[in-house]
Amino acid sequence: MKLITHNMLTSKCLKGVLTGYPLAINATNIKINEVDFNPDFISRIIPKLDWEVLWKAADSIGHSEGLPQTIEQNYDDDKEFLKKAHRVLLEVEVEEGYLICPESGRQFPITKGIPNMLLTEAEVQ
Amino acid sequence: MSKRPEHQAPPELFYNEDEARKYTQNSRIIDIQAQMTERCLELLLLPEDTPCLLLDIGCGSGLSGSVLEESGHMWIGLDISPSMLDVALERETEGDLILADMGEGVPFKAGSFDGAVSVSALQWLFNADKKSHQPIKRLYKFFSSLYASLSRSARAVFQFYPENESQLDLVTSQAMKAGFYGGVVIDYPNSAKAKKFFLVLMTGGAAPLPQALGTEESDNSLQVKYARREASKAARGKPLKNTRAWLLEKKERRRKQGKETKPDTKYTGRKRSGRF
Repeated sequence: MKLITHNMLTSKCLKGVLTGYPLAINATNIKINEVDFNPDFISRIIPKLDWEVLWKAADSIGHSEGLPQTIEQNYDDDKEFLKKAHRVLLEVEVEEGYLICPESGRQFPITKGIPNMLLTEAEVQ
Repeated sequence: MSKRPEHQAPPELFYNEDEARKYTQNSRIIDIQAQMTERCLELLLLPEDTPCLLLDIGCGSGLSGSVLEESGHMWIGLDISPSMLDVALERETEGDLILADMGEGVPFKAGSFDGAVSVSALQWLFNADKKSHQPIKRLYKFFSSLYASLSRSARAVFQFYPENESQLDLVTSQAMKAGFYGGVVIDYPNSAKAKKFFLVLMTGGAAPLPQALGTEESDNSLQVKYARREASKAARGKPLKNTRAWLLEKKERRRKQGKETKPDTKYTGRKRSGRF
């Protein structure tokens, strides 16, 4: 699971959970997977992200190095910044571990990099 | 027993390892999936030359995802079958994968995606595979959570195989209830094989539906259609076999079905000269 996905993912499908965001990450295995750098995509996606959540997620798995806590105004031109954002968003992958719902504490296991968001009958709204 | 996969087993069981392997080895399946994804992308009307973040619902082995990658987009895929997702991992697709059931809702925060595509997945929602499943409720849950996860003015395009008229009605009515505008585009409606259903859903305002492929005839008003029908009736049904008129009609019919047909020229239907 890439951190871009984590930034979008919620547990709001659980019964009784309102926002279910952000999910906490407990990672036991992290992999770096090289991906082609596309500055257009990164600068387009940044306004959609919750940067604070991204920084905290990166920090919790020990990959926040060099990443600013807040975004500067004209980040489009800052190639260094975009490269760092690219690395954190697309290259760092959580291979094994689990996600934790902030409201219910329900754990979603991540195996082979795929989070299992399937619910049981009783958990469906 | 029915041939439709939905009638045989729930998706997480139907797409087992054997079935999933077909999606890496069978070049016919791969071709068809790629073509349908390309058509979905066309119907999405994304801004040109802009890399977008797309949601692939029922991404399976990531065949559709590969097409999205080729067009320069990043994608996140949902699927309910672990075996299919394993194949996607093997194929080393660039997109990110999530194991989830679309009928339980799309688990993303509001405004995440620039668009959504889905190839041959939506028909699974018409089935109740568990005692607790209510297709109408699941469809509504799916569409309303999808609506929320799309950014404004984004579109969602689903290629799917509805079984009958009432399924079409059900799916469009639930999508409208969830807030979408849009409807079903049917490509090559005159062909048994090439006929494909695309549910095109739009957020943020009604816009005219895109033109379906292979329906040039139906552009004309009803009256013209009837006039033509009367005219052909006057000609006492089909023209005499092996004549030029018969040949031209046959070629026209094949064109309507979306099959490859050579253009009509002055040589069409001519007899060979005696030299041959």
